[in-house]
Amino acid sequence: MRRTIAVVSAGLGRPSSSRLLADRLAAAAEREVRELGDEVEVRVAEVRDHAHDLVDGMVSGYPAPELKDALDTVAGADGLIAVTPTFTASYSGLFKAFFDVLDMVDDNALADKPVLIGATGGTARHSLVLENAVRPLFVYLRGVVVRTSVFAAPEDWGGTAAPDLLAHRIDRAAAQLAVEIHRRGAPVVRDPFAPTPFADLLDAG
Amino acid sequence: MHFGIFTVGDISPDPATGRAPTEHERMKRMIETAIRAEEAGLDVFAMGEHHNPPFVTSSPTTLLGYIVARTSKILLSTSTTLITTNDPVKIAEDFATLQHLADGRVDLMMGRGNTGPVYPWFGKDIRDGISLAVENYALLRRLWREDVVDWQGRFRTPLQSFTSTPRPLDGVPPFVWHGSIRSPEIAEQAAYYGDGFFHNNIFWPKEHTRRMIDLYRTRFEFYGHGPADQAIVGLGGQVYMRRKSQDAIAEFRPFFDNSPVYGHGPSLEETMEQTPLSVGSPQQIIDRTLQFREDFGDYQRQLFNVDGMGLPHEAVLDQIEFLGEEVVPVLRKEFAASRPAHIPDPPTHESLKAAVAR
Repeated sequence: MRRTIAVVSAGLGRPSSSRLLADRLAAAAEREVRELGDEVEVRVAEVRDHAHDLVDGMVSGYPAPELKDALDTVAGADGLIAVTPTFTASYSGLFKAFFDVLDMVDDNALADKPVLIGATGGTARHSLVLENAVRPLFVYLRGVVVRTSVFAAPEDWGGTAAPDLLAHRIDRAAAQLAVEIHRRGAPVVRDPFAPTPFADLLDAG
Repeated sequence: MHFGIFTVGDISPDPATGRAPTEHERMKRMIETAIRAEEAGLDVFAMGEHHNPPFVTSSPTTLLGYIVARTSKILLSTSTTLITTNDPVKIAEDFATLQHLADGRVDLMMGRGNTGPVYPWFGKDIRDGISLAVENYALLRRLWREDVVDWQGRFRTPLQSFTSTPRPLDGVPPFVWHGSIRSPEIAEQAAYYGDGFFHNNIFWPKEHTRRMIDLYRTRFEFYGHGPADQAIVGLGGQVYMRRKSQDAIAEFRPFFDNSPVYGHGPSLEETMEQTPLSVGSPQQIIDRTLQFREDFGDYQRQLFNVDGMGLPHEAVLDQIEFLGEEVVPVLRKEFAASRPAHIPDPPTHESLKAAVAR
C-alpha cells in the first residue's frame, strides 16, 4: 500500500535542530514502514514558511492557498511526525497556531491518525514538555500518539552519549509509528461539503 | 434579477476622525440609506439583526416598518433574522405584520448569528445552533401555512390550538432565504424546502462559496424542486467605488485596516485577490460582479454591503449613487443578455401569489 507521512517542523533557525530531529524521525519511520511492506512518501511542512499565513488564517477564518496545501497534506497523510522547539515551557506559539488553524479548517483532520511527537530544547530539563504539553494537544485532536516521544537536548547532538541514546529512541518511536500506520486502512478525509440528509437534521432536533 | 444593498448596522468610529455616530444618528442614516436606495432604483434593502454593541439593529421589524412607511417600491429584507435565538412564534407574527404593512414588499433571510454570548443571553446553547435553526424554522413554516397548529419540540414550550396572527398577506408567506457562510446543513435545509440560499460572499474565497452553492443546487434538484440551475441563489458582496480606482483604494484602506472583521489579517490587496471584496472604479465593480455568474451560475439576487466600518455617511450615499446610476443598469442588461429563458426570476409576493392561484 502507498503511504504518506506528513512532517510538521516548527523550528525557526535554518537549519533548526527541530528540523534535524524531524528529518531523523522521518528517515527512520520511512525505513520502518518499508520494512512492513508499504511504499512511503514523506512530505515536510516547515511551519516558519507559513508564519504570516497562519496569523492571517486565524484572523480571516480561511487559509491562504499555500497554507491550505500544507494543511491538506497533514489531513490526508497516513501518519504525522510533529516536532516543536520548546518555548516558555511549552510548544512554540507557531506550532500551536498550525494545529489551531488545521482544527478550524477540519476538526476531524487528525482523528485516528498515528502521530509521533518530538521536541527540542536548550536543556534536557525541558524534556517533559512532550508529555505535559504536546501529547495532550494531539490527544485532544483525537490523534493516536505513539508511546515513545523523542526529545533532543543539546548533548544528544554530540558527546559521548550521543550516538546511542537519541538514535535508539528515534528507532523505537519510528517503529511504533510504522506499526500504527501499517495496521490502518487509507485515511478518510471528510468532505466538508458532503450533503447531510435533511431527515437526519430533523431527527437530531 | 434583484439588486440591492444590505447592512449589518454596526457603529464604528471613522478612523480619520476617531468619531463614531451615535445610535440615533446611525439609525437615521440607515433609514436614509434605504430611502436613497429606492430613489436610485435598487430593488432590495436588507438589514441585519444583532443584540450587542456596537450594533443598533436589535429590533429589525421596527426599523423596517418605519422604512416601509417612507418607501413605496423597494423590497425589504433581512441579513439575517436570527432563527436560533428568536422565538419562531414572534418571527411569524412580526414578519406577517410587516408583510401587511408593506403590501407584500417583504422577504427575509434566516441566519444563526455569529456572536457566541447571544445564545446564553436568550437562554440557548450555541452547540445547538443547527438543531435550533432546523426545529425553529420547521415551526415557523407551519405557523405561516396552517391556521391552527399543535406542536411540540425540543426547544420551545409546546403549542396547542395556536393560531399565529395576522395570517400572511393573501395567505402567502414571505419568501425565505437561508444564509450561511460555511454550514452545509443550512444549504441542505434551504434545498429541502425549496427556499432560497444566500451566501454573503464576503470574507471567504470564491472556491469555498462555489462549493456551498453547488451543494445547495444539487440538493435542490435531489429534493425535487426542479433542475439545479433553477435553484434560487442570492449573493452578497462588498464594494467601494470612486471614479478612479486608486482613489477608491486609498480612501477605503484605513477603513479596511481598522475593520473588526478585515483588519490586521491579510492585506487589502490579498483580500481583494482571494475574496470578492471589490474596491475600484464602477467599471471594475461591474466586471467583478459579472464574474460571479461565471463562478456560481445564474442567480436571482445580488446584495452589496456599502456601509459600516465607520465609513462616512456621504461616502455611503455616493456608493448608492454609483450603483444606481452606473453599475446596476449595466449589470441588469448584461445579466439579462446572458441568462437562459428557463432561469427563474427572483420570487416576490406577486409571483408567489400567482403560483398559489395556479
